[in-house]
This record gives sequence, C-alpha cells and structure tokens, in this order.
Amino acid sequence: MDTAISVSGVHKHFGRTHALDGLDLSVATGEVHGFLGPNGAGKSTTIRVLLGLLRADSGTATLLGGDPWRDATTLHRRLAYVSGDVTLWPGLSGGEIIDLLGRLRGGLNKARRDELIERFELDPRKKARTYSKGNRQKVGLIAALASDVELLLLDEPTSGLDPLMEAIFQDCIKEEKEGGRTVLLSSHILAEVESLCDRVSIIRNGRTVETGTLSDLRHLTRTSIAAELAVRPTGLDALSGVHDLVVDGHNVKFEVDTHELDAALKAVTSFGVRSLTSQPPTLEELFLRHYEDELNGGRTA
Amino acid sequence: MTALAGTGSLIRLALRRDRWLLPIWLVLFIVIVQSSASAWGALYDTPEERASIISQIGTNPTFKAIYGINYGDTADALFAWRYGATIGVFVALMSLLIVTRHTRAEEESGRLELVSAGVVGRLAPLTSSLIVVFGANLLLAAAVTGILTGAGFETTGSLAFALGLALSGILFATIAGLTAQITESARFANALAGIVLGATYLLRALGDTSEGLGWLSWLSPTGWAARLKPYAGEQWWVAGLFLGVALVVGVVAYVLNLRRDFGAGLVAPRPGPARGAASLGTPLALAWRLQRGLLYGWIGGFVFLGAIFGGVANGVDDIFGANPEMEEIVRKLGQGTLVEVYMDLVMGMVALIVSVYSIQAALRLRSEETGLLAEPVLATAVGRVRWAVSHLVFAVLGPALLLLVGGTVMGLIYGLAIDDVGGQVGTSVRSSLVQLPAVWVLTGFALLLFGFLPRLIAAAWAALVVFVLLGQLGPILELSQGAMDVSPFTHIPKTGGEAFTATPLIWLVGIAAVLCAAGLYGFRRRDLATAG
Repeated sequence: MDTAISVSGVHKHFGRTHALDGLDLSVATGEVHGFLGPNGAGKSTTIRVLLGLLRADSGTATLLGGDPWRDATTLHRRLAYVSGDVTLWPGLSGGEIIDLLGRLRGGLNKARRDELIERFELDPRKKARTYSKGNRQKVGLIAALASDVELLLLDEPTSGLDPLMEAIFQDCIKEEKEGGRTVLLSSHILAEVESLCDRVSIIRNGRTVETGTLSDLRHLTRTSIAAELAVRPTGLDALSGVHDLVVDGHNVKFEVDTHELDAALKAVTSFGVRSLTSQPPTLEELFLRHYEDELNGGRTA
Repeated sequence: MTALAGTGSLIRLALRRDRWLLPIWLVLFIVIVQSSASAWGALYDTPEERASIISQIGTNPTFKAIYGINYGDTADALFAWRYGATIGVFVALMSLLIVTRHTRAEEESGRLELVSAGVVGRLAPLTSSLIVVFGANLLLAAAVTGILTGAGFETTGSLAFALGLALSGILFATIAGLTAQITESARFANALAGIVLGATYLLRALGDTSEGLGWLSWLSPTGWAARLKPYAGEQWWVAGLFLGVALVVGVVAYVLNLRRDFGAGLVAPRPGPARGAASLGTPLALAWRLQRGLLYGWIGGFVFLGAIFGGVANGVDDIFGANPEMEEIVRKLGQGTLVEVYMDLVMGMVALIVSVYSIQAALRLRSEETGLLAEPVLATAVGRVRWAVSHLVFAVLGPALLLLVGGTVMGLIYGLAIDDVGGQVGTSVRSSLVQLPAVWVLTGFALLLFGFLPRLIAAAWAALVVFVLLGQLGPILELSQGAMDVSPFTHIPKTGGEAFTATPLIWLVGIAAVLCAAGLYGFRRRDLATAG
C-alpha cells in the first residue's frame, strides 16, 4: 500500500460553523507530511476525523486502508496520536500513564520506553497533576514513540517543549522515518517542518490550499531581486510576474514570481549589471503569504 | 487590603458563571418548602393528630435519627421538625459545592492562575465565593420566611426556621473554604467537606437517639438549626454558635490561604510509581483507579448507615407492638412482620441515596470526555463501548455492592441484638437488594442522556430529585397513582409476606437494560466532545 492517509472532499459542521469545507489530504506511506495552517483552519478537526473521534458529514477518508470511523479500534492498534495539549489523569504518575496508553494500544517496546524517558529527561514518578505543560507533552510523546506502530498522528506535539527537547524530538522523528514509519505532523514551528517534512499541505478555512514538496511550494512564490545597473532601466514594469518594482536612479528592487525569474533576469542584465543580490523566498514568507491572505478576506484558492 | 483586590470583579464572574446554577438551586428549595408547607397544615390540624405523631417521635428512634427531636406541639413546630434537618443538609451541600467550584476547582484547572496574574489579591477568590454563597443563603432565608408567613405560619418562627437553613449553608460554605485550602484536588476538597457534613448528621442522630449522649447533638451544626427552636420559643443565641464557629473556621481558612503557595495544598503530593503495575493495562483497570476512591468512601458511609438503621430496628417491635393503632398504620404500608415493613421502608430511602452514587459514577463518563481524558484512551485500540462499559460497571455493580454492605451490616447488628444473625442478615439483604432495579433505571437514564443529549446529562439529577419528591410529597399531596408510577421506586414490591411478586422487578431490569443499550448506541454514533 503506498497511501497511508487519503482524504477527499471531507465536510464537517459544528452547528453553524463549517470546520471542514471539502478538505483533501494525501499522505504517502513512509513520508513525513507537514500539516500547516493558521489557528482554527481545521487541522485538529481533520486529525480527530482520522481518529474516528468525529464523524465526517460527507466525503471519504481512508486511513491505512480502512475506514477511520467504522474500523477505529482495529486501526488504532497501528497508529499513535499525540495532541497539542496532552491531558493526563492528575492522580496517576507519568510512568503509569505511558505504560497504560501503550498497553491499551496493544503493547509498547519497554527498552524504547526507557530510552525515551532518559532522552527526554522525564521524571516518570511525578504525579501528572504536578507536570508542567512541556512535561505533559513529553508523556504523550514517549507513550506514542515507544509503540511499534506504522503511523504517527502528531498535532502540534512539541508545543511547550524547550529548544533542547525540540531537537531531541526532531532526532526521534528522523529515526522513525528511517524505520519506515509514516508521520502526519501538524506544526507551527517552521524550522521543524523544514528539517523533517518531505511534503507539506497547507489548509485554510477547512480547505487544502497548497500541497507538495517544499521546493514545489517555493516555486509558487517570489524571489526578491536588488540590482545596481549601468543605465536607468525601462520597461521592467511591463514584464509579467514582476511586483513591487522600485526604480531609484540606477538602482532597482523588485519581487518576481519564481517561475518568471529567468525572463526577468534576462531583462535586467540587458541594462548592464554592476551588482546583484537575489533572495530566495523563505519558508516563513511562504506561509505568511497563505496565512495573511486569510486576514485580507481570502483569495481564490 | 491588597489581598482583597479584585473581589468585586470575581463576584461578578461567579454570578455570571452560576447564572443558571444558583437560581435553579434556590428555586428547587423554594418549591420544596412551598409544597410541603401547603400540604402540612391540613395533615396535622387537630390536637389528636398532633399528639399521635408526637408520641411516635418520642418513642421511635428512627424518627429521631432521621429528623431530630421536636420541641413544640403546634403544627408549625412539627413542620420545622419534619423538614428542618433534611432541607438543611441540602442547603449545606449546595453551599459547599459552590464554594469549591469557585476556589479549588478553578485553581486546579489552572484558570485561576490567569485570573490571579491580574490585579487580584490572594484572598479575593475565597472571599468572593463566600460572599456569593452567603448572599444566596440570605436570599433563600428571606424567600423561605416570606413563603412560610404567607402560608399562615407564625412570623417569628418562620424567621428562625429560615435562619437555621441559611446558617447551615453559611457554616458549610466556610468549611468548604477551609477544605479547599487543604488538598490540591477539588474532588477531594468536596469529599472532605461532604464527610464533615455526613459526620455531623450522624453525630446528631446519635445524640438525639441515645439517652446519655444528648450532648453529642450540641457538637453538631446540623443539630443547632433545630435548637434555634423555631415556633417553640426561639433560642436566638444558638445563631451565635453558627457564626462563632464559622468565624473560627473562616479565619483558619484565610490564614492557610495566605501562607500556602498557589496551586498547592497542605499535603505535598507523594511521587508515584515509575512504571504502571502489570494490572494497569485495560480500560477497566483505569476506571478502577479513577472510581475506587468514590466507591471506598460510599462503602464506609453504608457501613455506618447500616449500623444505625440496624440498631434502630431493635426498638421497632417494642414500640409498635405496644401500640395497636400504630401497628395498623405501619401494616398498611406493607406486608409482613413489623420489622420487615420497617426494613422495606428504610431501604426505600437507602435506595434513593444509592442512586446518588450510581449517577455520580455514570457521570464520570462525561467528565472524562469533556476533560479530554477520553480522547487519549479512545485513540488507542479501545472501542467506545468498551470504554463506556468500564465506567458503567461501577454505576451498575457499585449500587449492588453498597446495598449488600448496608443490608448485611443492618441485619448483623439487628441479628446480634435478637440472637438471630442468620435469619436477619437474609431478611435485610433481601429487602436492600430488591431496590436495585429501580436504581438501575436511573443509571440507564443517565447513560441515555450521555449517549444522546450529553450536554443535558445533569438532568439525571433532576430525575432523581423528582423521584425523591414524588416519594416524599406524593402521599401528602394525594397525587394520583398515575403520577406516582412515574418513579421506578414506586414499583418496588414489599418483600415481607405473601404479596411479593417479581414481575415489576423484571420489568424494571428490562427498562434499565434497554436504556443502557440505547445510551451506548447513541454514544457510538455521536461526535466526541472536543476543546476546539
């Protein structure tokens, strides 16, 4: 099987709120898939539909070849889930909860559990009531990562972790990937997404707006060019894909759609280039563009 | 006083959060007082009727144990005797629950941390919750005085009666303010305050029924309300006892509150095991961990309750045997020997108490769900029905265990007294377990709500209150059999004599089973509650 998760046209309403509005998502087996979008875009709702905790109003969703609602229990043996705000029974110790959740899933790897507790520097004897936010996340992560499962559903799993623990988390996910596991990772930490994810999907208002590899997505955005020229340039504003053009004497600055870069550079060089700086789009710009569009009332998706 | 800064804002917050809860509690009390007051006058309007009930109170320890001692021979005074202690307990319960809800529960959830980071003094949460509850109790006192005076009761006595209720509420609000400082868990803080309430009730029951131990009642706040002597030459100075003790308890609570860290209790939590025991690997094992504290507490309570009722049973034959008229009245209520009739009566009341446990245990399903603690379990290989059943086991088998414990202890104590342990344990266990099907109908109703109308799950409590009122007021108000039949408790057959028939029990078990199955079906089909 080469598709671990396949969601198409899924709708979900909560009263009058349209949480998922025809969402599509496809995650290949063995890949780490980034799942991005502004707060309230529907990421957690999607993951809960995939877990069979919520029932989709319409559309189809397939998880590990099964129906996430109907086959929930059998599918859950093959996956582990960490929420962005791990909730724990206040009277149980961290160690007890890790063991309990592992056993409820069908067993956990004891050696791996002990190794993870050590790596994440968790004190498993403390009662859950006394754990900080970051320590609660660690309990959830250790319980999930210590299970021998095919698929990890991670919903902002590192919220509250310190940078050292964040690095350990990234190492763990890389190991999971080498072991052939599939990971769906919802995250706002762009460095995490950039270093871990093979492909990403960006959703907004319950709908997928972009999906692809990071380099695919970079192509969809703009490169900034600044140049000092031999003569004052003319006609650059007529080129397609050029935006925010500023001509100041012999200096020129503009943004260009990455797929029009070649044509724009040819035009610039015809004025005699004395110096040139080019900045590829950062991931941050890429996402901000998608996130900001929502603030501006959305654009045609 | 910077420690009190923000109290006003917190009072408004509490009123906003409780804008339904408080009025519902108050209206409930007002309805109970109103309906019992309007029925009472007609019931004991002749001196002969009053003399008869007073002689019963004087001779029957059951009455004294449950309702206390009566201080006057007017219909008004008898009303205060009959309803003062029982309504007072519920007013105290309301007050302590609301104080914990706004203090320790808020602190435990972390919400109070956000509030305390604002311009809010360290003592403001406790102070504001006490002010709200004190206010609610004074409002209740005013309403009750008005209703009773309006129903023709004497004014001064009505004021004393209402004051007794309000002072019980105020004292137990303060006690909850203290228990909220002691533990880190709101559940445990409520349990502690509830145990104090139960203990004072039992202390008074013991004091009121035992010749030489009468002074015990003076140690118990639930006895003080009666000793305000409403309608029987009011002893106003007793109000000072309430206020004095409330003041002392309140000062201790404030001192503890000032000295402790935010979020901490007096008792530092001990570390737990680093590994889960091998047995902690099933939903049932988890449910046991979560439910066992509640069950242990209830078992303890039922040992006590069984002992009291068992001890009282010893007097029943002597009392009624000497009074043929009374024997006739009791016989009308049921069949069998006098003691069997007594056991059926007592167990009918015990069954209502057991229902409280059963609903509590069933409602844990919903609190786990809304606390997002069902989600991590249901995201594992545990199906919804299996998870729900793991808690349902406690709501269904827990009451059976409690009734068995209560019945056994009662039979044992009574059996030892009359040298017939074997026979009496059998009789009392039979009359306690026969109540189970009615309790299960309520359990099933709670589960039905959980499956289909989870937001309205508190309606399970409303159903219990309706059944209690039907049982308590139905005969007084002379309600039709059709109305009385709404309550499953009406259908429990008497165990003594020939008339016993199992048919209604089979029906009730069937109804409970259908309700439970429907609830599980509904829960399988619905969305889980989510935070987002």
